[in-house]
Amino acid sequence: MYTQAIDVPDQQPEEKKRSATALESAAYQAEFDAKLARGDFIEAKDWMPEAYRKTLIRQISQHAHSEIVGMLPEGNWITRAPTLKRKAILLAKVQDEGGHGLYLYAAAETLGVSRDELVEALHAGKAKYSSIFNYPTLTWADIGVIGWLVDGAAIMNQIPLCRCSYGPYARAMVRVCKEESFHQRQGFDLLLALMRGTEAQRQMVQDATNRWWWPVLMMFGPHDSDSQHGEQSAKWGIKRISNDDLRQKFIDAVVAQADVLGVTLPDPTLHWNEARGHYDHGDIDWGEFWNVVNGQGPCNRERLAERVKAWEDGAWVREGALAYSKKRRAEPARAA
Amino acid sequence: MTSAAHLEYVLRLADNALILGQRLSEWTGHAPVLEEELALANVALDLIGQSRLLLSHAGKLEAAGRDEDQLAFLRADHQYRNLTLVELPNGDFGRTVVRNFLFAAFQRALWEALPGSTDLDLAAIAEKSLKETRYHLRHSAEWVVRLGDGTDESHARMQSAVAFLWPYTAEFFTANAVDSEVAAAGLGVAWADLQPAWEAAVLPVLVEATLAIPAQTAFRSCGKLGTHSEHLGHLLAEMQHLQRAHPGAQW
Amino acid sequence: MERKEWPLWEVFIRSRNGLDHKHCGSVHAPDAPMALQAARDVYTRRQEGVSIWVVQADQIHASDPDAKPEMFDPADDKIYRHPTFYKLPDEVDHM
Repeated sequence: MYTQAIDVPDQQPEEKKRSATALESAAYQAEFDAKLARGDFIEAKDWMPEAYRKTLIRQISQHAHSEIVGMLPEGNWITRAPTLKRKAILLAKVQDEGGHGLYLYAAAETLGVSRDELVEALHAGKAKYSSIFNYPTLTWADIGVIGWLVDGAAIMNQIPLCRCSYGPYARAMVRVCKEESFHQRQGFDLLLALMRGTEAQRQMVQDATNRWWWPVLMMFGPHDSDSQHGEQSAKWGIKRISNDDLRQKFIDAVVAQADVLGVTLPDPTLHWNEARGHYDHGDIDWGEFWNVVNGQGPCNRERLAERVKAWEDGAWVREGALAYSKKRRAEPARAA
Repeated sequence: MTSAAHLEYVLRLADNALILGQRLSEWTGHAPVLEEELALANVALDLIGQSRLLLSHAGKLEAAGRDEDQLAFLRADHQYRNLTLVELPNGDFGRTVVRNFLFAAFQRALWEALPGSTDLDLAAIAEKSLKETRYHLRHSAEWVVRLGDGTDESHARMQSAVAFLWPYTAEFFTANAVDSEVAAAGLGVAWADLQPAWEAAVLPVLVEATLAIPAQTAFRSCGKLGTHSEHLGHLLAEMQHLQRAHPGAQW
Repeated sequence: MERKEWPLWEVFIRSRNGLDHKHCGSVHAPDAPMALQAARDVYTRRQEGVSIWVVQADQIHASDPDAKPEMFDPADDKIYRHPTFYKLPDEVDHM
């Protein structure tokens, strides 16, 4: 956005700033800090510390990659959706996720990186995406549980980001949140229909809940005490609520929802703690979490392979369209 | 009392939309570029929407108490009336856009001819669907031109796609008793009558795309008569699975 | 260097007649007609628009944020441009 450094010959304002003197840098840093302190936004062409820029690129692109990879587990059930209405709803939801990836890549591009670079990093295994999408969708009920729990968790994380300090990211998140609200509702609606159905359908829901519950809790990331990036991100206005706080908020909300559904959350130690005013819950298996984050989860290899294949299979398409546009530009005049 | 021909005519339209919508939804997560993920999903959603309207209408005409889902998920293979073209596997992106293009041009000619139908529900569906189909045609035509006249590789793949799919278009226009009866009753147009409009839409685009138009052959597919290729069975097995595994369940 | 990536386009949408086109994001596309279609498919799925503009990102010229003080602050003290600056008798204050 606003002139990419990629192919513009003259020195851009950002370049001038990077070669600024120490005095000028201090002034820029002070202005940047003052903006954050008064809750003002940082926009694309504003000066920003390199570490802020890099952290944002990492965080926004990880978010984008998650949306794109996340299309695969749910996409797995579109052709098998049990009614036409559910088929259309699921297709629209997965389409939204593609759209969210697109908005987020666009936001990342304002920081001086190209979408292709980001995608290549993902395919080379250098970039991460949310660990939750490395789990398989084994039944139709998984689709409902993903809407209810995975999207529910994502929404908790995403709403605070609408106020993050970086303007393009905040605006992308506002758009995402508007669209996301139907995602959780359709999942819950799907599960309600199953729970009101046959015994086999009810068992399908309980089984899916059993498999997804703990991985969903892991979505919120490691405990605050073990979290690498939390403090600096909070100072920069990128991360406004801690992992543990978000996780607790989520559990507190979901328990009541599980009751409405009539499904049991697979944690026998889950109980209301009157003194704390929150639900106490069991220990998370962080071994499993790190395994999955490090590429050894149930579907890591397949997910990446599918994305790489789609990209490589599509190379001739992207090149063909580009070649056509270059031919047209080379012609002096052409009837419309 | 609805004639068998009237019902059959509507089922052909419904099943074309249903089966092509199903095929297009298979692209989810595999499109060549992110913008196209959303575009293909939009086309699929339009087609699924059209199939729902048409199947509901067919259910009412049949008056045997079958709704859109019972018709979509519980018929036997030979009871589907879609053109063979739409049940073929997607192939590469080139084959997909050529198929979308050839079919959209046909659908547009059809929707343009149906607002005059004495079946008022069908006329209304045609009017609404025409807007969607116009977009499908424009979208796929842009791709046909760019990939046909792009790189050597894209041109070769597109030519191969056209050569593969062209013989299946003959089925669009083959005469049959259902068409004659429906046209005579003012309920619909005989598909054979759509050939000039279809050619007028398709041929110039292929020429602009620098693609050769294959010669006609004696090959005739007959999906619209209920005799399908081997591909439909696999598609339906996947699509119908949950309904078959849980008879009578609500979703 | 030979560009292999599709160019970036900024998208502006008018949500209904009477309103301005508003910036809503970007798409990658090989040329203008494809950019318009991509914008339609990405940004108008919830009836957000009646008109779309697309502009290649490198055709947008932006003011330098460093120049913000001289570009925008001088307008701050010219409050006589605002109607509220003028106190009129009640009988004619509806002007």
